[in-house]
Amino acid sequence: MTTPSLGRAAGPSLQQRRQKAAFWFLAPMLIALFCVAAWPLLRTIWFSFTDATLSNLYDAKWIGFDNYLQVRTLSSGRTVLRGTLVDPAWWNAVWNTVRFSLVSVAFETVFGLIVALVMNAQFRGRALVRAAILIPWAIPTIVSAKMWGWMLNDQFGIINDILLNLGIISQKIAWTANIETAMTAVLIVDIWKTTPFMALLILAGLQMVPRDIYEAARIDGVHPVKVFFRVTLPLIKPALMVAVIFRILDALRIFDLVYVLTPNSAATKTMSVISRENMIDFDKFAYGAAQSTLLFAIIAVFVSLYIWLGRVDLSGDRS
Amino acid sequence: MQANALLKSIAFYALVAVIVVFSVFPFYYAIVTSFSTGTALFQVNYWPKVFDWSNYQAVLSSRNFPRSILNSVLIAGCTVGFALFLAVTASYALARLRFRGRGLLLLTILAVSMFPQIAVLAGLFELIRFLGIFNTPWALILSYTIFTLPFTVWVLTTFMRDLPVEIEEAAIVDGATPWVIITRVFLPLLWPALVTTGLLAFIGAWNEFLFALTFTSSETMRTVPVAIALLSGASQQEIPWGPIMAASVIVTVPLIGLVLIFQRKIVAGLTAGGVKG
Repeated sequence: MTTPSLGRAAGPSLQQRRQKAAFWFLAPMLIALFCVAAWPLLRTIWFSFTDATLSNLYDAKWIGFDNYLQVRTLSSGRTVLRGTLVDPAWWNAVWNTVRFSLVSVAFETVFGLIVALVMNAQFRGRALVRAAILIPWAIPTIVSAKMWGWMLNDQFGIINDILLNLGIISQKIAWTANIETAMTAVLIVDIWKTTPFMALLILAGLQMVPRDIYEAARIDGVHPVKVFFRVTLPLIKPALMVAVIFRILDALRIFDLVYVLTPNSAATKTMSVISRENMIDFDKFAYGAAQSTLLFAIIAVFVSLYIWLGRVDLSGDRS
Repeated sequence: MQANALLKSIAFYALVAVIVVFSVFPFYYAIVTSFSTGTALFQVNYWPKVFDWSNYQAVLSSRNFPRSILNSVLIAGCTVGFALFLAVTASYALARLRFRGRGLLLLTILAVSMFPQIAVLAGLFELIRFLGIFNTPWALILSYTIFTLPFTVWVLTTFMRDLPVEIEEAAIVDGATPWVIITRVFLPLLWPALVTTGLLAFIGAWNEFLFALTFTSSETMRTVPVAIALLSGASQQEIPWGPIMAASVIVTVPLIGLVLIFQRKIVAGLTAGGVKG
């Protein structure tokens, strides 16, 4: 707690006044955040321990961990396990989400790096490239899902047409409906849509690398590839890590793209999709709440990782 | 040596061309499709052959789509106004005033901005039903605060930290209260930052889908993303691709326009949230 030098001169009253002002300035935001974040989160966790249904929210009974895991011994002596932790549909969704997150973020990082390196070079038409890559980012996810759904259409889609003309495929593929290709379709759209964001974050890191380092390497005759791996990559690593974890967090909670591009496909159903489905569509409100609580727990782990790895400057003393 | 350099620059520009085409083509193709009707829709056309406005007419004269646009504008506008109002005072306190627990508070705000929306869905659903605002724009304005507010506070705090201390000190010497400092000293300097964060928050609210899908039930209350996602044709089997593409173009063109006009500011705002921290 360092006191601004001015505070001393005017006596403690100024400092006290400013402390009081801080409280009043923060109070409305804190109340708003409590109402829309903390309270609903606590209620969700509470619902996950009850038998609430959509039509019966208030008379819900506490049932402990039964939504997660319920061990029951039948009269025949057999033990039956129930709950979301032994639900194959849930584990399928977990696997889909993890697979989606890892693959999409890996591709986005590589492509984002390439785009950022291109944009970091001095060339004519750089402004055009920046404008162009902002377009996928600006398009609403639902719109991109529909646009690509049309392009990936099995009968009239342009992707099948291009691939057929190039001789890459011999017959039309039902990209979004086919179990084997549905995940690929989701990945293509997500990579297309979020690579720009990745590229911009990496570019911000690249622009902080002093130019004379490259100059020095060039004079010493170091091969550009070696410069990239030995100089550029280590220097932008912090920015890269933050961007990657940011994207993983986003990918883990994906809902809209999957919901619209491949509705009801077991091959792509993610954790967010399955918990909403249970909560709202199947009237297993508490069961869905349990699943969303689990997703929250997973993301909470990643958020801690992000804050730890990002070494976020919270004090504001750095500048 | 000369030929080598030429080859390199050709390869580089080829890469640039690939990036640009990949980014722009899907939207270009959506525009081409939106102008096709009838059988032209079911032929793959790489270049626009016809300019038929009937898809646009169909969408804009439909009963509910103009209403959805109005809903989206209203909801996104209110959400942004609300978030900015709360965020300006809060971020002044976070950036300029020293008090115990400030670091923890910033950490909490950062954590909330990464909340999975699905984790609060059940609790928000209960709250919205309790308040009796289910299926009204208020339900969405309330729920969108969860992602617009932490984001605007975070970005405005980083912006405000970079403003010189001297201006504020001069104001304090003149006896200005914190409220006067915010409204008279900081607000005029903050306009560019407010435009950037407001725009980013607007885009976020305009594009949101999960809450909009869950907290509305009637067609007249839908926002644009939900309306497009649930746009259906005369029969179940027939997906009206022409009108869907026309609707998509209508809601995307203003966004792309805004983004291209403010591109420098937007890039600065995005990276302030992510990297600079």
